Amino acid sequence: MTEAPDEVADLVPDEVPHALPWRVATLVHRRQETPTAATLELDVPGWRGALAGQHVDVRLTAEDGYSAQRSYSLASPASMGLPVAGAGTPRIALTVQVVDDGEVSPYLTDDLGIGDQIELRGPIGSWFVWHATDPRPVQLVAGGSGLVPLMSIARTHAACGSSAPLRLLVSVRSPQDALYSEELDLLAPGVQVTRVWTRSGPPAWSGPVGRIDADLLRATCLPPDQSPRVYVCGPTAFVEAVADALVDLGHDPELIRTERFGPTGT
Amino acid sequence: MAIVSRGFRGRRVADPRLPPGQYLERGFPVLSAGPTPRADLASWTFSITAQGTTRASWTWAELQALPAEDIVKDIHCVTKWTKLDSVWRGVSLDTLLDAVEIAPEEQFALAHCDGGYTTNVPLADLRGGQAWIAYGYDGAPLRPEHGGPARLLIPHLYFWKSAKWVRRIDLGTTDTQGFWEQLGYHAYGDPWKEQRYWGD
Ligand SMILES: Cc1cc2nc3c(=O)[nH]c(=O)nc-3n(C[C@H](O)[C@H](O)[C@H](O)COP(=O)(O)OP(=O)(O)OC[C@H]3O[C@@H](n4cnc5c(N)ncnc54)[C@H](O)[C@@H]3O)c2cc1C
Repeated sequence: MTEAPDEVADLVPDEVPHALPWRVATLVHRRQETPTAATLELDVPGWRGALAGQHVDVRLTAEDGYSAQRSYSLASPASMGLPVAGAGTPRIALTVQVVDDGEVSPYLTDDLGIGDQIELRGPIGSWFVWHATDPRPVQLVAGGSGLVPLMSIARTHAACGSSAPLRLLVSVRSPQDALYSEELDLLAPGVQVTRVWTRSGPPAWSGPVGRIDADLLRATCLPPDQSPRVYVCGPTAFVEAVADALVDLGHDPELIRTERFGPTGT
Repeated sequence: MAIVSRGFRGRRVADPRLPPGQYLERGFPVLSAGPTPRADLASWTFSITAQGTTRASWTWAELQALPAEDIVKDIHCVTKWTKLDSVWRGVSLDTLLDAVEIAPEEQFALAHCDGGYTTNVPLADLRGGQAWIAYGYDGAPLRPEHGGPARLLIPHLYFWKSAKWVRRIDLGTTDTQGFWEQLGYHAYGDPWKEQRYWGD
């Protein structure tokens, strides 16, 4: 009934509780990933690095002091951040998917200009993380923008030349909503990427269109007998359905880690 | 002084019931570290333990037979959403704690849940009509993804303290940190003081 305590202890980055100060982040580059999602590269002086899978809290403040906070996963690989030319201010990348009528996401994707500043603090979340030294096979299952922290894991895996078997299953509405398409195609040989289209596939697509189900998980994921660590991230209903089906297929619940972004249920 | 993000206006729902850094949410988001556990009500029990002994234990039927309350409270999740006037049904921790002998030095509680989750809370925060074992939400049985069959409900602290799938409360003489509390989240978690993470 107890979670392997040793493992939790291993994950604690610092023995001594440390505060997470707000840091000023400056937008240095924006890449439109899809019509409704953008990757923001931010310079963050003082940033101490992160594990793959962690997130930051972003705070926006208006002229009159009104402010709003939301969480965004790091898309950049662990610790190293993104490569910086010359003397290094630490740089991180976030990928933000616009939520219609959202308070924060449309500002980040559309209004924040190069050189503009936001505040953020982190890294946060020492559970939904992958350690580059972990030899255990890794299965990633992403729904929509839930791909962001899983991409950080895949990028970290590539950057450190990990030999842990890695598979990625991505559920996405249609090709025009797909994040990081080209990069996913270029992931190391041996990294198996499967895409599932929930609304419509690419032009010549003759495969199935629909939601991830147990048969698909069985056919495409690392099998339970290899005891992969499984990371599932996406909208709540997606994570519930996938995690449930994985347990049915025989995956050890203790090896399944989940992160839910919304949309929110009732 | 916070830096200004150029051109940001925001939505500005100024509600005095929103703690700092929170926004108003009408849905009910789900947050948990792993898959939703499956409970068998026939063998389910809730117990209060201390110093390695069981002080009291209730079966599902016994818990249902205890006096229940309808509870209407605002809940505040550390991931920033606040939901106003959420409607719960459950048994007050006062009722449960009154059934056991507690030594004066046993001032700390650690809740244990199916799936291995734990969270710590001072005993004082479980008393005085501040905490419940909740098994109903919005007029229906509490759904598994929201912590059913039963969860702790401690609405005056961030919602991760309201541990889902709770099975046991262990009383002790020292404050043992729980799952998220070991992983960087605040030991106490008062939303009005914005105690989200270590050092807040
Ligand atoms: C740990 C964590 C990590 C996250 N990482 C990312 C990330 O990497 N990239 C990213 O784009 N988002 C991420 N999110 C979601 C993000 O924090 C915001 O919730 C999201 O950007 C919406 O904020 P908003 O202010 O634009 O919308 P809000 O003003 O908060 O919401 C507007 C409406 O949209 C609904 N809604 C909220 N979120 C969603 C959603 N995801 N899909 C559909 N409807 C929604 C709300 O219920 C509300 O009714 C993460 C969330 C968490 C908790």
